[in-house]
Amino acid sequence: MIEITDLRKLYVMGEEEVAALAGVTLSIGRGENVAVIGPSGSGKSSLMNILGGLDRPSSGAYRFDGEDVGGFTDDELAAFRRQRIGFVFQSFQLLPRLTALQNVELPMIYAGLPPRDRRDRAAALLDRVGLGTRMGHKPTQLSGGQQQRVAIARSLANSPDLLLADEPTGALDTHTGQEVLALFRQLNSEGLTLIIVTHDLDVAAAARRRISFRDGLVVEDEREAAA
Amino acid sequence: MRPIELLRFATGAIIAHPMRSALTSLGVVIGVAAVVMMTSIGLGAQQRVTSTIAGLGSNLIIVSPGASRAGGGGGGGGFVMGAAGSGQTLTDSDAETIAKQVEGVVAVAPVVRGQVQLIADGANWNTRIEGVTPDYLVARDLTLASGRMFDEREARQGKKAIVIGQTVATELWGDLDPIGRRVRVRGVPFEVIGVLASKGQSSFGQDQDDVVLGPLGAVRSRIVGRRARGTTVQTIYVKAADADSLDRVQEDTTNLLRDLHRIRPGDSDDFQTQNMASILQASQAAVATFTILLAAVAAVSLLVGGVGIMNIMLVAVTERTREIGLRMAVGAKRTDILIQFALESITLSLAGGLIGLTIGVLGAVAIAKLGSWPVAIPAWAGPVSLGFSSLVGLVFGAYPSWRAARLDPIEALRRE
Repeated sequence: MIEITDLRKLYVMGEEEVAALAGVTLSIGRGENVAVIGPSGSGKSSLMNILGGLDRPSSGAYRFDGEDVGGFTDDELAAFRRQRIGFVFQSFQLLPRLTALQNVELPMIYAGLPPRDRRDRAAALLDRVGLGTRMGHKPTQLSGGQQQRVAIARSLANSPDLLLADEPTGALDTHTGQEVLALFRQLNSEGLTLIIVTHDLDVAAAARRRISFRDGLVVEDEREAAA
Repeated sequence: MRPIELLRFATGAIIAHPMRSALTSLGVVIGVAAVVMMTSIGLGAQQRVTSTIAGLGSNLIIVSPGASRAGGGGGGGGFVMGAAGSGQTLTDSDAETIAKQVEGVVAVAPVVRGQVQLIADGANWNTRIEGVTPDYLVARDLTLASGRMFDEREARQGKKAIVIGQTVATELWGDLDPIGRRVRVRGVPFEVIGVLASKGQSSFGQDQDDVVLGPLGAVRSRIVGRRARGTTVQTIYVKAADADSLDRVQEDTTNLLRDLHRIRPGDSDDFQTQNMASILQASQAAVATFTILLAAVAAVSLLVGGVGIMNIMLVAVTERTREIGLRMAVGAKRTDILIQFALESITLSLAGGLIGLTIGVLGAVAIAKLGSWPVAIPAWAGPVSLGFSSLVGLVFGAYPSWRAARLDPIEALRRE
């Protein structure tokens, strides 16, 4: 599904040019469960931003299902994020003014779904993540784990091909973190491609494939033997 | 993406901060209310001036003594009647000659004026007196409520008869019929032979019924003698047959008077003529200028309101940077963000415009009710003020919205 070839991302810092990604070649197949690990500054966040269509590579190719995402316009990237990608962030990124239900509806509003359809789907998704009774709650009325589950429901709103999670358990205690990971595993087992960016080795251990980054390069790519 | 959803996002953000939104709109509220009130006052004044001038008599040319001053002497000089009549160059015979020789003239009415104390049956009253000829009623479009006007012969013979206005009748005799009663004017007894039909107040607050009319000769010699010697008069009203002949009658009158006064070609007139049409034009132009001035001052406050909106919108963009990043991450296009914030700004401004329009209209009505100031709310006040407030929202919201749409989603999501 994902084919990246000699991907580079350069930033200009003062007079120096820093390579966040220094030539990464990777391919990730549909239905994989991947953990991208590495210390901060290793380039894993840059990779995730490019994979999610939030950023463009400086050079190299990024093909998603054969499409050249690297050459997309702003509007094409927006459509790509809307239809094919689901994001889960460390800090949840829920809109505080909106209820859980409205937060989950948001991507479907941008996709142009009629109000009744998107409400039904948002309710079903919240049910699915175990928050069927909390739909009218504002984020501030929910615990961290509950907020992250709302965010996961939102990421699934437009039935994405790829779920990108950036330190999804970073703001959670161990127990709720495990619950969230269990939810991810379940989604993956239903066929959703999952990429989790983390520096937590326990989180990484739960994945089927671990890609380690250092200084903008892949230093290790290990797969769990098929069980 | 449905456009209505962007509007819902916009109104949602406004409702989320009711107090802040109200204060943001306040500038536009004040601006629009001020514009509506000022133009209503201006238009009201214009309408009142028009009706007052029309009330002086239709198709009328006013001839006053004295050279016309340059510039401001035009409409204004003749409009404040008597002020221009300081010279003493017009006479009875001028009036008679105009009546005889100028074609298309319906009435010629020479007038002298004074201020007198009337004493009758123990009551007394200070009022204006005008020495006139019977033609005066025709020239000024006046009618009698009761009694009669003195005729040409009575006027010439100096019969001491007067026609009084309603106010004078009421002040001196209350509800009693004044016809046939005697009144002393500067010690001279006059007989009341007629009462004028009421004309009410002029727009300048002058009571048009507070006047007495006496025969020209008698009033001039007995009452205003010191100021009007011999056969001089202060004003000659010339009424043309119709509006079309007004300009020609004015020109013929001017030429005739130049001949009569032996003014050589090239020398300036020792009198001035004004027709009602030009006075109307001049005063309307003056009021229009005044209105534009008021509206301009009010429009400045509308601009200040727009700057207030821009300020708050910039704050909102900074405050909601993470929200913008998140919206982009879940698939919002840059134009979606742009339109959402533009709609927020326009809605704030338009709501301010609506409230301002309401306050402006209520204020104008209150001024009309409480004060004696004439007010007319222009029909375009609604559409123009709403259109303008939308425009203010659009213009001053453009930059903040553009800033929001240009944000980098990664940076935006990272912002605390």
